[in-house]
Amino acid sequence: MQEFEIFGNKDTRSGFGEGLLEIGKKNPNVVALCADLTGSLKMNAFQNEFPERFFQVGIAEANMMGLAAGMTIGGKIPYTGTFANFSTGRVYDQIRQSIAYSQKNVKICASHAGLTLGEDGATHQILEDIGMMKMLPNMTVIVPADFNQTKQATIAIADHVGPVYLRFGRPSVPIFVKPDAKFEIGKADVLIEGTDVTIIACGHLVWKSIEAAQALHEKGISAEVINMHTIKPLDEEAILKSVAKTKCVVTAEEHMRNGGLGDSVAQVLAMNTPAPQEYVAVNDTFGESGTPNELMTKYHIDTVDVIAAAEKVLARKD
Amino acid sequence: MQTSELQRIASQVRRDIVRMVAAVNSGHPGGSLGCADFLTTLYFDTMRITPENFSMDGVSEDLFFLSNGHISPVIYSVLARRGYFDVKELATFRKLSSRLQGHPSVDKGLPGIRMASGSLGQGLSCALGAALTKKLNNDDTVVYSLHGDGELQEGQIWEAAMYAAANKVDNIIATVDYNGRQIDGDVEDVLSLGNLAQKWMAFGWEVLEMDGHNIDEIKDTLSKAKSKLGNGKPVVILMRTEMGQGVDYMMGSHKWHGVAPNAEQLENALGQLEETLGDY
Repeated sequence: MQEFEIFGNKDTRSGFGEGLLEIGKKNPNVVALCADLTGSLKMNAFQNEFPERFFQVGIAEANMMGLAAGMTIGGKIPYTGTFANFSTGRVYDQIRQSIAYSQKNVKICASHAGLTLGEDGATHQILEDIGMMKMLPNMTVIVPADFNQTKQATIAIADHVGPVYLRFGRPSVPIFVKPDAKFEIGKADVLIEGTDVTIIACGHLVWKSIEAAQALHEKGISAEVINMHTIKPLDEEAILKSVAKTKCVVTAEEHMRNGGLGDSVAQVLAMNTPAPQEYVAVNDTFGESGTPNELMTKYHIDTVDVIAAAEKVLARKD
Repeated sequence: MQTSELQRIASQVRRDIVRMVAAVNSGHPGGSLGCADFLTTLYFDTMRITPENFSMDGVSEDLFFLSNGHISPVIYSVLARRGYFDVKELATFRKLSSRLQGHPSVDKGLPGIRMASGSLGQGLSCALGAALTKKLNNDDTVVYSLHGDGELQEGQIWEAAMYAAANKVDNIIATVDYNGRQIDGDVEDVLSLGNLAQKWMAFGWEVLEMDGHNIDEIKDTLSKAKSKLGNGKPVVILMRTEMGQGVDYMMGSHKWHGVAPNAEQLENALGQLEETLGDY
């Protein structure tokens, strides 16, 4: 069984903060906007280094999205920062018309996504954002797995011309992506090779899936683990290549079952090579207050749930 | 440009508007006619632009953002008459595969349009963003925007208004088409704007007012507005207009906001509007 070197524990939002500072140093066209959550988004370092390129917009997310869209005219590359809930649902029409339809080069950077925002509760725990963003034409949707990958993705998206939704989170999680790894939009990472079942995950569920694969290995089950950090454009080739071998799939995500990564994978399978699939995702319910770990347990998006889903889907194979 | 020449162009723009909406039996003639004098003056007299060499970035040229995108006929006509694209293309307005979508878009590459609009309230934020980039680029050209008065009921307008004053965005001139009408009736009855000049002043803007059908006054007010830029305050012009201006039966109510004239009504309208530059 493959071993992973762990480079400590950190929150993915801190990866965003470090990546933003680094790309700010490399690319003078990068500007950043924040709606009164500079500390939470870890944007202070960029703000201190480049005060003239940092725009505090106050608690006015709709205006922030419009400002960002307009700032692209003349060559700037705006990164907007606020919680995922206020980055998507609150401003869907602004993103739709002024950014996606208008083909503007805005990077929508969204922290505190999903249940692991924790104690603030369901008002802030958005679980629909991947679905909303992936449905928009022209939009690229990225959900990196750990601190290093979030930093690498934050840097990489500056070179991609077009709107991007970059989703990350609040809790500290193990860092397993190598510090010098190259982030390629739309190219999935096969983390563990296996032959019995394919586990496709994004965000915080990637490490959970690695843990699940290790536990399955103890039970004699060979699981392949794919980090699908880009939900759109989806790496269909990686999915089909893996499923040709394993003939069944588990998808795992910190998102609503409806409209998330799992549905994107299911669409690829249905159109190419139908195969049994089990979803590890939140099933049509809002979240609630609690610690991140408590919430992942209660809403069945934890390691044990990935293991159970793998066993269930294996039993459904012909 | 001479006022008489601007008036001749505006007359042709009005003919274009009514012919465009009549041809597809849809679109918004009322507000379009009401803004014909202003947009003609802005594009033919005031703005420093390069129509023959349109670029999305618009570096070193003035930019215009239409926030009330439903008055697309007037901006399409003005852009075509100013040389951004062939006037013959006006005949494709609202038809399948046209670059002249019902509401302005950029995805089909129509020269002159830099931002989609239609869903109201977004254009002031976008114009401010472009103004911020001009400042970062040390580009001293000006950003203009146009808004409906009914559109000011959208909250995002006031988010943007607050931002502009707080951050001294003083390279923008926003204009409000203050015709007092919206789809459901008079703005006063649907949702009163109260004292609009005082509202903008309270939000920290320099406020000017003008008659949107007096081209000399439009020229003077735009000139005065430009002279007020660079002083730490954004500028807004409250422009009194008549919805449907130039076609008598469309004036005096909100009824022609989004209704196209039939063949008979079109003939009547064209009879009131001199053909000056040749119909498309």
